[in-house]
Amino acid sequence: MMKNRFLRDFINKRKIEIAIGLVFFIMMIVFIIANPVVFLNYRVYMAVFTTLPILIILSTSMVFVIASGEIDLSFPSIIGISAWAFAIIAKAGVNPFLALIVAIIVGSFCGFLNSLLITNLGLSSLVLTLGMNFLLRGLIMIITGGKGISLAFLRNTEIFSIFTDKIGIFPIQMLWAIGFVMINWFLFYRHKFGGHVCYIGDNLMSAREMGISVNKVMVSTFVLMGASSGFVGVLLCLINNQFWPTTGDGYLLIVLAATFLGGTPTWGGIGTIFGAIMGSLILGFLETGIISSGLTGFYTKFFFGLILILALISHRFAGLNKKGK
Amino acid sequence: MSEKMNFLMEAKGVNKSFGSINALEEVNLEIGYNEIVGLIGDNGAGKSTLIKILTGVHSADSGELYWKGQKLNKLTVSLARDLGIVTVFQDRALSGQHPIWRNIFMGKELTNRWGFTNIRKEKEETLKLMKGMMGFTSSAISPDNIVGSMSGGEQQGVAISRALYFEASLIMLDEPTNGLSLTETQKVFDFVQTIKKKKKSCIFISHNLFHIYPIADRIVIVDRGKIVQNLAKNELTLDELQKRMFEIVGADSFKIKNTN
Repeated sequence: MMKNRFLRDFINKRKIEIAIGLVFFIMMIVFIIANPVVFLNYRVYMAVFTTLPILIILSTSMVFVIASGEIDLSFPSIIGISAWAFAIIAKAGVNPFLALIVAIIVGSFCGFLNSLLITNLGLSSLVLTLGMNFLLRGLIMIITGGKGISLAFLRNTEIFSIFTDKIGIFPIQMLWAIGFVMINWFLFYRHKFGGHVCYIGDNLMSAREMGISVNKVMVSTFVLMGASSGFVGVLLCLINNQFWPTTGDGYLLIVLAATFLGGTPTWGGIGTIFGAIMGSLILGFLETGIISSGLTGFYTKFFFGLILILALISHRFAGLNKKGK
Repeated sequence: MSEKMNFLMEAKGVNKSFGSINALEEVNLEIGYNEIVGLIGDNGAGKSTLIKILTGVHSADSGELYWKGQKLNKLTVSLARDLGIVTVFQDRALSGQHPIWRNIFMGKELTNRWGFTNIRKEKEETLKLMKGMMGFTSSAISPDNIVGSMSGGEQQGVAISRALYFEASLIMLDEPTNGLSLTETQKVFDFVQTIKKKKKSCIFISHNLFHIYPIADRIVIVDRGKIVQNLAKNELTLDELQKRMFEIVGADSFKIKNTN
């Protein structure tokens, strides 16, 4: 009886997470049935794990921004400009770890700039960060003249083996992603910061009324997003051994899709870190799964869209609707 | 000096104008210890301006404020909060998508040195509060219940209990019964009784006489920035009070017609 009650409470509280977990589970079973040779072998998982950390780090940080009722569309260019900072500093022969720190500072500063304009001038985060995305990408193009920077000299150096090497067959960046997610998880669920983020997104007036310093919290969420982007920029440089002026460009929609797919609603006030991880896993495996199931790459976008819409419908049935109405 | 100590809070000769509009004129108001003051008036009569001055949101143009007999030179929002003056608004008190326990400790989380929340303790305290002050005896309702799924009266109860838990000494209820059904209004009344039982004071703001009369110890009628009636409830029956209300409102509308 008691056990049942705990179970029922757990299911009630975690409906969204259970729903999205099931979607991932079913998807993987379909892939295994469609192509057991590929999906019962560890190789496909290791391949996906190479770039999955990028998606996981960005989408779990995005949960904070969206739960606070705002959005950040500028992170792809923040990744780009941080990656560029990392590349030129490392190329100049400076200790690459110092370059990593500079890249994270550059990313944090961009997030800080976003948040200052949003809190002090009351600008719309949607439009501001959209503009910032173009602005920063344009800046990279102007500075680099559209040319990339080769980072092949970093291969098998210390920074490479710490961040993007493999332990046996396992990509190390996946461990960094797990560590990152754990920090984000604790911040979101166990730290007062996560609570404050949600109260602001839920009812801004009541958050103010209860003495939460709204501006400070908003600045922190955007700085977190910026710092994550900075870190990701460095990871991408190390994974590709190359800085491209377009570094980070493709991640805009897929990160947002992973966050929303996971069950963080668009209207703010609540969010789910676990959901964002599941959303990232689904989108990370989808492309590989489609191709190894014998379909051409043309099907990828179709299934991305389909699964996003299906997930949205499943959230609705799991009881996720605006403000509990 | 000792005479002033009779009141928890006192406003003397308070004036406030916005541009050419006199929002408050020579307002005197005393709130006693453990007293429920019903503040009633039409929309735009100056109720909210008065409350905003008493909570430090606005500062008065002239006049004096006293707290337990002590003169307050400048009442700011944070000073008011430190003194234990809390306003409970119907629509901006709570975070609707979050459970009761999170709402109780919103902005005042029980944390360790690094800001990590002690969730177990917060839930335990909330459960105690619910079984005691809030009078939820049913086991169907737990600290994990989402506030947005509770009824309007219960939500007001969460906000009032939260104020009492953090030792508020003067609770301003801003139109707490607006848009509530009869049973829900009754629930709000019960929570106001709890304020009384806890030996705290309350200003209950409404434009509905029938919502104020049953629970207020004293009734203050504000009209066009002035206090036109200030009476202990036992000095007046509801019928008489109603008659006076109509006299005030009626006379005013007559005046307007004449001047036009």
